[in-house]
Amino acid sequence: MRIALFVTCLNDTMFPDTGKAVVRLLRRLGHEVEFPAAQTCCGQMHFNTGYRKQVTPMVRSFAETFAPYDAVVTPSASCAAMVRDWHPRIDSGAAPVASNVYELAEFLVDVLGVTDVGAYYPHRVTYHPTCHSLRMLKIGDRPLQLLRAVRGLELVELPDATECCGFGGTFALKNSEVSAAMGADKVACVRATGAEALCAADNSCLMHIGGILTRTGPDVRTVHLAEILASTEEDPHE
Amino acid sequence: MSSAREEILGRVGRILGPGRTPAATAYTAIERPYLRRHHEDGVLDLFAERTADYRATVHRVDPADLPGAVARALTGSRYAVPGGLPAEWLAEVDPARLAHDPGIGELDGLDGVVTGCAVAIAETGTIVLDHGPGQGRRALTLVPDYHLIVVTADQVAPDVPEALERLDPARPLTFISGPSATSDIELNRVEGVHGPRTLEVILTVRSP
Amino acid sequence: MSEHATRDRGRASMPTYLGMPPFPEAAGKAVADTRLRGNLAHATGTIRDRRLSAVAELDDWDALREAGKQIKDHTLEHLDHYLLLLEEKITAAGGTVHWARDAAEANRIVADLVRATGHTEVVKVKSMATQEIGLNEALAEEGITAYETDLAELIVQLGDDRPSHILVPAIHRNRAEIRDIFRSRMPDAPADLSDSPAELAEAARRHLRAKFLSAKVAVSGVNFAVAETGTLVVLESEGNGRMCLTLPETLISVMGIEKVLPTWQDLEVFLQLLPRSSTAERMNPYTSTWTGVTPGDGPRDFHLVLLDNGRTDTLADQVGRQALRCIRCSACLNVCPVYARAGGHAYGSPYPGPIGAILSPQIRGIGSPVDASLPYASSLCGACFEACPVAIDIPEVLVHLRAEAVEEGPKHPLVGTAMAAAGWTLRSPRRLALAQRLASASRRLVGRRGQIRRLPGPLRAWTDSRDAPAPPPESFRAWWKRTNGGRS
Repeated sequence: MRIALFVTCLNDTMFPDTGKAVVRLLRRLGHEVEFPAAQTCCGQMHFNTGYRKQVTPMVRSFAETFAPYDAVVTPSASCAAMVRDWHPRIDSGAAPVASNVYELAEFLVDVLGVTDVGAYYPHRVTYHPTCHSLRMLKIGDRPLQLLRAVRGLELVELPDATECCGFGGTFALKNSEVSAAMGADKVACVRATGAEALCAADNSCLMHIGGILTRTGPDVRTVHLAEILASTEEDPHE
Repeated sequence: MSSAREEILGRVGRILGPGRTPAATAYTAIERPYLRRHHEDGVLDLFAERTADYRATVHRVDPADLPGAVARALTGSRYAVPGGLPAEWLAEVDPARLAHDPGIGELDGLDGVVTGCAVAIAETGTIVLDHGPGQGRRALTLVPDYHLIVVTADQVAPDVPEALERLDPARPLTFISGPSATSDIELNRVEGVHGPRTLEVILTVRSP
Repeated sequence: MSEHATRDRGRASMPTYLGMPPFPEAAGKAVADTRLRGNLAHATGTIRDRRLSAVAELDDWDALREAGKQIKDHTLEHLDHYLLLLEEKITAAGGTVHWARDAAEANRIVADLVRATGHTEVVKVKSMATQEIGLNEALAEEGITAYETDLAELIVQLGDDRPSHILVPAIHRNRAEIRDIFRSRMPDAPADLSDSPAELAEAARRHLRAKFLSAKVAVSGVNFAVAETGTLVVLESEGNGRMCLTLPETLISVMGIEKVLPTWQDLEVFLQLLPRSSTAERMNPYTSTWTGVTPGDGPRDFHLVLLDNGRTDTLADQVGRQALRCIRCSACLNVCPVYARAGGHAYGSPYPGPIGAILSPQIRGIGSPVDASLPYASSLCGACFEACPVAIDIPEVLVHLRAEAVEEGPKHPLVGTAMAAAGWTLRSPRRLALAQRLASASRRLVGRRGQIRRLPGPLRAWTDSRDAPAPPPESFRAWWKRTNGGRS
């Protein structure tokens, strides 16, 4: 099986450690992963903001870049949903590639058939199911299955978990007051768990929640699911 | 200038275009994978339980005991009754306490109204009046503050689909699920606004 | 994708509430109102859990939802046929059918009908269609007084307020505020009126009783209209609907043309979907159905006004059309995290919340700043789609209308330039890599412990309330290239 990593433009630019974690994790599970350098962006930001003319070339280039691979793994539920749900509707030629795209937890549980990836992360963690992972991709409790198998990890339930954190892409800028109010409520729920770390399958939402967390106190850090799963006793996540 | 009717229909026709499958044919293609009923057994118990959930009072009696049950329920002084209500239901009530098909002015001063019904729905605890004999015109069961309804076992349909099948849409219908209520204050249900604030139901079931 | 970029619009109008700013500004103010947020959080929180259990009680909910969607889609696809059938059946049953292209025409028809009765007062049962066309204001100009009889509408009317919710227009008011409005504005309210909901309901009952018993003309909306039988259906709770539909001599009902259903049997689906979705009840307290006029029972004179007002424009949009499936249950409002914080008034329309964000810009057109802002009034979390009993994919319509706003709405040159520049960068891996190197180079200038406290320009909206991460020393692609994917 030829596996490609679609790291996403946000992770590529702002959160390279998440991409590195996916590579480390898949290698540890015995799978080599390639990084096609022609990749850029799935087009979600432009599409969701209404700038559709910009999107079609990105959709075509995505399909071209990832066509040679059997599976495309991405550490973003939101981008996976954009590709799987929308690319085929924007350009029907993109359908075959789109159907090979998996969010990381889906890939591990459904394609590789593993829930215990041999990770070690000795911290109290709470998990926020991002809206696109929950309602578009419908990845359900797959991330929780993976987290429950992590040694040393104490998983605590997040109150009102399914409520949106308020990120919403350009919503965070266009309606920043409402977005911040939603984020503040999410942060209150996170703090109520007493967790040391907040985990999710999307760095975009984590960037928003994390930005409010660091602004209002040093107590909780954000960490992408991939980084917890990549962490081991020999090579712990710092 | 074309009339509003022609203009609206014209626009709809242009938008939807010619060459559509005839409506009657297309209608049969609608999929209805839902259930005709949600409960097979215990329909009468379910009806009593669900009606009571709305804070209606429900009594189960043998048909032979109905006149007594009606008499016990009517604790006020004067009640409206519609034409066509079986006389034996009121056999134990003093006829002087009954007003037959009163006008609206009189209705407002009465203690309540006694009627039968057309159909009941167990799943939703609903009683349907079709305002035929024994049920009166619509105002009769609306203006008084108390409504006693007699439901016979055979009138209880298990669920909404079968209830609608039994009803005639050409008649005016009133579906009643509990006493008048509102959710308008903080989205919490409170019983008792403009319609009857007390709903009492006597369900007649022949004892085995 | 915007296949209707140049479409011929019909006549439509709906009050944009006077002086309403675009959504972000109005919502920004509402968010700061802690009492409003408390009231909304309390009310929507109450109904959310109850709706979930009312829905969970039926194991075939998804099947009912699918059938509801299909029936509505079928009806829209044959709308002309069913409207004609409805007209024929109502006429045969002794009613009169009127057609109105827009709000002004509908208001004219209703005012003329009321005037012909010789009366100057009407009682009204809550109706979104008459809110949409601003009927009360139009009647007032003709010297006709409309009395709202629904408790929440009464609260809004007495308080000189605007509705903020489809089902519970006074959802933004808590019980203490309602008591204060009643005490100061309801002439016959008891002086010692408390804030207990039961007492408040009792005060409304006494206040409206005489009105109902003497009313000669009533105006209502319509939840469903059955074409094959000419039967109209109104669902309600309080009994004010029954009062209006039964006691007066003349009844005038106003309905959007999308409310028609093919058959009586179709009601078996919607009478299960609507109450559970709106008030989380197995069935609402009262549902009235009537077909034309019934001698000796109820109004002697019945009129139905069929209203287009932008609905045919909405029908013309292949993606946006699904908004016409809406049965006005308001489940989407109750689950919406944006609505819960912004409140209904921020949407600048009688239709607030997620459904309003897709309905108002379609009915009114997307030309004004308010309407162009509405499709963006969502984080696209998808909770509305999940809750919708007729499966309207609201997020899909929102992004569709955003594309329309960019093409046809008021221009935002700065945003347009920024999006074009971002698009240009993201279309090429080389340009993206260059941008990443620039970002990494800037990190020492901006970062403090890896966090940026303040960003310049439009990005300041981000750092007003949250830190931004400083760019990393090297991008993922730079790392991959330098280390051969971590192998060297």
